[in-house]
Amino acid sequence: MNDSQIRGAEIVIKSLVAENAKFIFGYPGGAIMPVYDALYDYMDQIQHILTRHEQGAIHAAQGYARVSGKVGVCMATSGPGATNLITGMADALIDSTPLVCITGQVLSPLLGTDAFQETDVVGISMPATKWNIQVRRVEDIAPAIAKGFHIARSGRPGPVLIDITKDAQVALGDYNYVPCLNIRSYRPYPKVEDSVIDAAAELINNAKRPYLLYGQGVILGKAESQLKAFLDKTGIPAACTLLGTGALSEEHPNYVGKLGMHGNYAPNMLTNKCDVLISVGMRFDDRVTGDVKRYAKQAKVIHLELDPAEINKIVKADVPVLGDCKVSLEKLVEKVEKKEHPEWFKQFRALEAEEKRVVVGNDLSPTKNGLTMGEVIRHINEFKADDAILVTDVGQHQMVAWRYFEYKTSRTQVTSGGLGTMGFSLPAALGAQLHDYSKEVICVVGDGGIQMTIQELGAIMQTKAPVKVVLLNNNFLGMVRQWQQLFFDKRYSFTELDNPDFIKIAEAYNFKVQIVDERVDLRQAVAEMFVHDGPYFLEVKVEKEDNVFPMIATGSSVEEVRLK
Amino acid sequence: MKRRYTISVFTENFIGILSRITLIFTRRGINIDGFTASESREEGIYRITIEVNTTEEQVIQLSRQIEKIIDVIKAFYYVDDEMVFQEIALYKIPIDSIDPGLEKVIRQYNAKIISAEKDFVVIEMTGHKEDTQDLLEVLKEFNVLEFVRSGRVAVAKPMVSIDKYL
Ligand SMILES: Cc1ncc(C[n+]2csc(CCOP(=O)(O)OP(=O)(O)O)c2C)c(N)n1
Ligand SMILES: [Mg+2]
Repeated sequence: MNDSQIRGAEIVIKSLVAENAKFIFGYPGGAIMPVYDALYDYMDQIQHILTRHEQGAIHAAQGYARVSGKVGVCMATSGPGATNLITGMADALIDSTPLVCITGQVLSPLLGTDAFQETDVVGISMPATKWNIQVRRVEDIAPAIAKGFHIARSGRPGPVLIDITKDAQVALGDYNYVPCLNIRSYRPYPKVEDSVIDAAAELINNAKRPYLLYGQGVILGKAESQLKAFLDKTGIPAACTLLGTGALSEEHPNYVGKLGMHGNYAPNMLTNKCDVLISVGMRFDDRVTGDVKRYAKQAKVIHLELDPAEINKIVKADVPVLGDCKVSLEKLVEKVEKKEHPEWFKQFRALEAEEKRVVVGNDLSPTKNGLTMGEVIRHINEFKADDAILVTDVGQHQMVAWRYFEYKTSRTQVTSGGLGTMGFSLPAALGAQLHDYSKEVICVVGDGGIQMTIQELGAIMQTKAPVKVVLLNNNFLGMVRQWQQLFFDKRYSFTELDNPDFIKIAEAYNFKVQIVDERVDLRQAVAEMFVHDGPYFLEVKVEKEDNVFPMIATGSSVEEVRLK
Repeated sequence: MKRRYTISVFTENFIGILSRITLIFTRRGINIDGFTASESREEGIYRITIEVNTTEEQVIQLSRQIEKIIDVIKAFYYVDDEMVFQEIALYKIPIDSIDPGLEKVIRQYNAKIISAEKDFVVIEMTGHKEDTQDLLEVLKEFNVLEFVRSGRVAVAKPMVSIDKYL
């Protein structure tokens, strides 16, 4: 041993600092205690946020990663601490969110002996991580963290797990941090081939009714301005997926709406009318395609995609454009002709008018008695800043908020898309707010979902993050109730909730609170929420049995999207 | 159309890699018919040979998912015609079954006795599954006490080299 050696636990913290991590979202326990002890000396260099549950920690790290574009870091102890992270890992994997999760593990001689709080988290998390590793020697800690950060943020981002045995944390070793820039078996950015760019450009230039779908790949690839330039030149109508929302301002003239089960009428319907379909950084989720056998069969498909495993996975691409969409869009824009498609746009606008008449009007400016979720969002739009961030949970409120919130800038939409994890929003909103206290972060959550992670009101209290929580309380697991109404003969099996007094709970956590159950009070309440400087909790009692439309029922084609 | 494919995977020697690969099959409910692993020509690079009965579409997806694993260098897939492959089979026969008939069978199948113990002999045959299976059927009349067959080991006919991917 020489004097310059430090403990593995300190190497963990120094490595995180070297990676520029600003926050660790975590929860302590036996097997990670040496790292927490080391943290005590680094509080001026890295901030630890104590959530109230490890699931809260990882969702907060996800919220932070989604709005910042940086790697979110979370930490937990072995056994139950580690298993509590799993939902978040699965969520981050399917939604391509860069995370480094660090878990403590029992002493290496005890591995495999069913020691106290031993769980095989490397085994359990294998299908829920992009990469994972167990570290049993102090000298392997820094290289594992370096490799983890590189893997998490490069290519198609995702979560990695680094499990560190307690003996490695307390052993002494040299600290010498070398960032990882290359792994020979890992090629995160396939090169864009010029020949496919030519083929794609030719299809686009000859198209009569081209149509572009964009997903989160545009945001992850920081290709927002390239997408805009491409659309400005080609005049092609563009629709977004749930996670792609915000990559293009909704005020852009080419923007025609949202795709998927509860997306807009025109973008879904006209998917089966276009002649060339250009998909950029999206993966044809079944919530987008409906019945894939009846999805865009008439169209030639151009698929701009970074992950080779996504090409031809769901929809066969006539021209697959493998590679970073920022690069391919830049190359494509050079090769495409300047065009306009007024007749084609008219078809979108006509269907949009139809949706406005049948659905949107009643949602946003209802005349019936009960409050709608839509009118709450309308008032939020009235007072929010252009770059306000909307974090939603999962259910009817998620779909309504997504449909009506006016997204103007990138990275303003945070939700659990691929996994649909109830309980995601409250901790994710905390993480999003921590990235930038000056931004408005609004958490729209249901009465069901909030109770899955309600304890994180405590983490918000402790950080004083000025999150605006808007609880849309319909006293139901609304989205499930809607399905029961439409597809199960209104047999409302276990979807009605006896709820607590949410206001009292929020007050107990020091939130400024307000409850609204009548239309006359709504606008004022929303206005007050936005001027309050600090955590705010607004509960709105909405109509119990409203439904979200349009809707593409499972197994239906995009053309069978229902307006009621 | 389903047919037999061999996926040949080159990987780093990383703990857990076999689990990660098999998870790709279990998740999709695809049975692995044969699985062998060994070091390749390059020190430190492992070669895993997986046999599946599936469609071309599916085998492409499987190969891409396998390649997506960080420590996998490359996954190739082949139909039988594109590979030279062998499997090894061992048959354990009681000593009292030995008679001239058995000797004839062994010669005919190009098999050999690799061990003779007090109570039994062990016969070895290398070849394709059809051949080793055939021999098993024939040997049944001599009372096969134990039978085991390895997964296939295979080299590809197309002249692609892993060097290109390092
Ligand atoms: C963890 C988890 N469990 C179950 C579900 C299934 N699920 C989807 S939406 C929903 C209802 C959500 O109810 P609530 O939070 O009140 O939102 P609402 O639909 O009423 O707006 C349920 C149970 C889920 N998505 N996530
Ligand atoms: Mg509800």
